[in-house]
Amino acid sequence: MTDASLRNHSARNVWSGILFGIGAIAFIDEAVFHQLLHWHHFYDRSTTEVGLVSDGIFHAVSWFATIAGLFLLADLRRRHALHWGRWVGGALIGAGAFQLYDGTIHHKVLGLHQIRYVDDLIVYDIVWHAVAIAMLVAGIVIVVRTRRSIARPSEA
Amino acid sequence: MTVHAHGVISAPAADIALALLAAGAVAAYLAGVVISRRRGRPWSTGRVMLWCGGVAAGAASVIGPLANAAHESFVAHMTTHLLAGMVAPVLLVLAAPVTLALRSLAVTPARRLSRVLGSAPARFVAHPITATALSAGGLWLIYVTPIVDAMREVPLVHVAVHAHLLLAGYLFTAAVIGLDPRPHPWSRALVVAVIVLAMAAHAILAKYLYANPPAGFAFADVQTGAQVMYYAGAWVEAVVVVIFCARWYRAAAPRAATAP
Repeated sequence: MTDASLRNHSARNVWSGILFGIGAIAFIDEAVFHQLLHWHHFYDRSTTEVGLVSDGIFHAVSWFATIAGLFLLADLRRRHALHWGRWVGGALIGAGAFQLYDGTIHHKVLGLHQIRYVDDLIVYDIVWHAVAIAMLVAGIVIVVRTRRSIARPSEA
Repeated sequence: MTVHAHGVISAPAADIALALLAAGAVAAYLAGVVISRRRGRPWSTGRVMLWCGGVAAGAASVIGPLANAAHESFVAHMTTHLLAGMVAPVLLVLAAPVTLALRSLAVTPARRLSRVLGSAPARFVAHPITATALSAGGLWLIYVTPIVDAMREVPLVHVAVHAHLLLAGYLFTAAVIGLDPRPHPWSRALVVAVIVLAMAAHAILAKYLYANPPAGFAFADVQTGAQVMYYAGAWVEAVVVVIFCARWYRAAAPRAATAP
């Protein structure tokens, strides 16, 4: 890893991670909660029109983000500027932020669908949001700490 | 190309005309390849296969068993749309027909062609924003107007809608991942924006149809068809995104690593 190359692409590591994180969490949502468990419904009668638009935009963004994030990762590798810590931190931020938005705005405000159609939904909601916040906070902590460690050699 | 057993609705004469049109498209492309190779400019067999695949996908959306089933089944209806509007355009665009035409035509017609392609109206319809509006907007129009009913009753409307899907899909795909020469390449940010916009419009329409099934189709049939549109469409779009990103990856290569 070249220090100069890494310093120049420090932010790109985070962005690549964020894009991949958004895509990966959307993929897990689709594959696990929609397709395997059938907890999430494709459509819910409570869905608002704004909800459909937001869902469509996030569907599009997440597909694009997964692919673009991986190409950015490959680009960082060939430039010897990949910093896994920053990348993972970014991925956690992307995944946490998406899950938080999905849980609050999509599920609750816009009524797209619920996590699972059961009586004690509140338990599922609490776990869902706790995981989202945990990922987001962990991601931010990692990104801030790695920035310091990368910045240090340049000050010397 | 063979014409399969006809349903009650489709007119055999129209089917034969469409089959001839498809055969003509393949023949013209092959002629271009032969001329180009004779002039000592190689043309890859892979592109020939892409062209044939694209023509076959387009043809299957208007003639044959699937097209006939589309009058009764929404799943078949949606599959023909995916073939005509997404699969065929991607294959045809990757076959780079304009480049082949410019290579194989005589000087005067080739110049005329490039003048037509460079003209203001042609540049207008080929612009990413126009192409997206025609492609995604046209798809929406089909379902929010009585066109969807007319498609089942009037064979000509069925064919016209698929011709529109194919042409608009081609314009869109060419605008975002076109290989053919273009005087001024579009900015990447614009292309990213229209790809995301088109994907979103597609996903929203799929769920809208799920919630508001067109008259005349069974409810469960529409629900399955809408999910085919949502998921199968996303995979075709993913191919487009991969090609777009791969182009960026190659163009953004660090100078030291660039191949001559």
